[in-house]
Amino acid sequence: MEYNTAIPIYLQVMTSIKRDIVTGRIKPGAKLPSVRDLALQYSINPNTVSRVYRELETEELCFTRRGMGTFVTEDAGRVEKLREDMAQELVREFLAGIRQLGMTDEEALQLLKQYREREKMTGTA
Amino acid sequence: MLECNEIMKTYGRKTAVDHVSLKLEPGRIYAMLGPNGSGKTTLMKMAVGLVKPNSGEFLYNGNPVGRESRREIAYMSTEPYFYGWMTAGDVGRYYGDFFEDFSMERYLYLLDRMELTPEMKAKALSSGMMAKLKIAVTMARKARVYLLDEPLNGIDLLARDVIIRSVLEECADDVALVISSHLVDELERVVDTAIFMKEGRLAMMGDIEELRMRQGKSVVDLYREIYGHGGEETC
Repeated sequence: MEYNTAIPIYLQVMTSIKRDIVTGRIKPGAKLPSVRDLALQYSINPNTVSRVYRELETEELCFTRRGMGTFVTEDAGRVEKLREDMAQELVREFLAGIRQLGMTDEEALQLLKQYREREKMTGTA
Repeated sequence: MLECNEIMKTYGRKTAVDHVSLKLEPGRIYAMLGPNGSGKTTLMKMAVGLVKPNSGEFLYNGNPVGRESRREIAYMSTEPYFYGWMTAGDVGRYYGDFFEDFSMERYLYLLDRMELTPEMKAKALSSGMMAKLKIAVTMARKARVYLLDEPLNGIDLLARDVIIRSVLEECADDVALVISSHLVDELERVVDTAIFMKEGRLAMMGDIEELRMRQGKSVVDLYREIYGHGGEETC
């Protein structure tokens, strides 16, 4: 994984895990790697991993079973909510960028439509 | 677990380390950063008792460092310290004689990962291979503190990953690791605290995730602010 070193690493790893949860690559109820294994997997500091797990627990996306490890929530509603939150965040970023360019939200919608059309024509959709 | 108070060392007229106080906690990985001549090596040597300070002291678990603490503190110096006639296997046995916490099994595993074999002769090794051998023999100890002076110097990118991995493998709640380097980039993801040395003084010490969060700055950004350049060019 490539990191942006000016943004906290734990946030970037959290986003990566969240994406895996939303796409089903990590299944509901699945056991997550130990702190040490995840640190090796992402090549990051173990304390950063501990923080990732703590924050995911606070967001109720994960829970810890004493002596057994960290597990992904089994609550399908929570995962659906996460998907919506992540999509919202992307929309917010997109619109913020468009507005910064001095364009209206109408124009932004227009751009999205045109982009979709072009994708269909060139077969990249 | 390892701390120094107002430690100072001069060589003739030159002050190598100028009244530095710092404290290392277990369970953390530290990057000691700064250009050549900023005092990193002298500080590490004082931490293992190889260099005597003019004033101030280094303490390990409350006691002055020396013969006793060396059993639990693994130090890797920049200069090679093996006889040319030794094979990599000899180097392992030599270490095994000196340090009770040395594991031959782990050493052979690390050699293999670094693409070295026990039969290789020290004098026939390239500088990159020698650097890897030094890491393997140091990390094969089960120490409580590891002090690695410039472990990434002269090592190709792929081997750096292997070294960083072996560092992460040794990291545990009761272990502290210090990596000195001017290759700031490589350490960004791996360390939790950065120690910036400048002209023998402690310029700054801080948690780097906090730094990213509060100021949106990377370690490289901070390095530039402190030294006026990005680090790589000092190699």
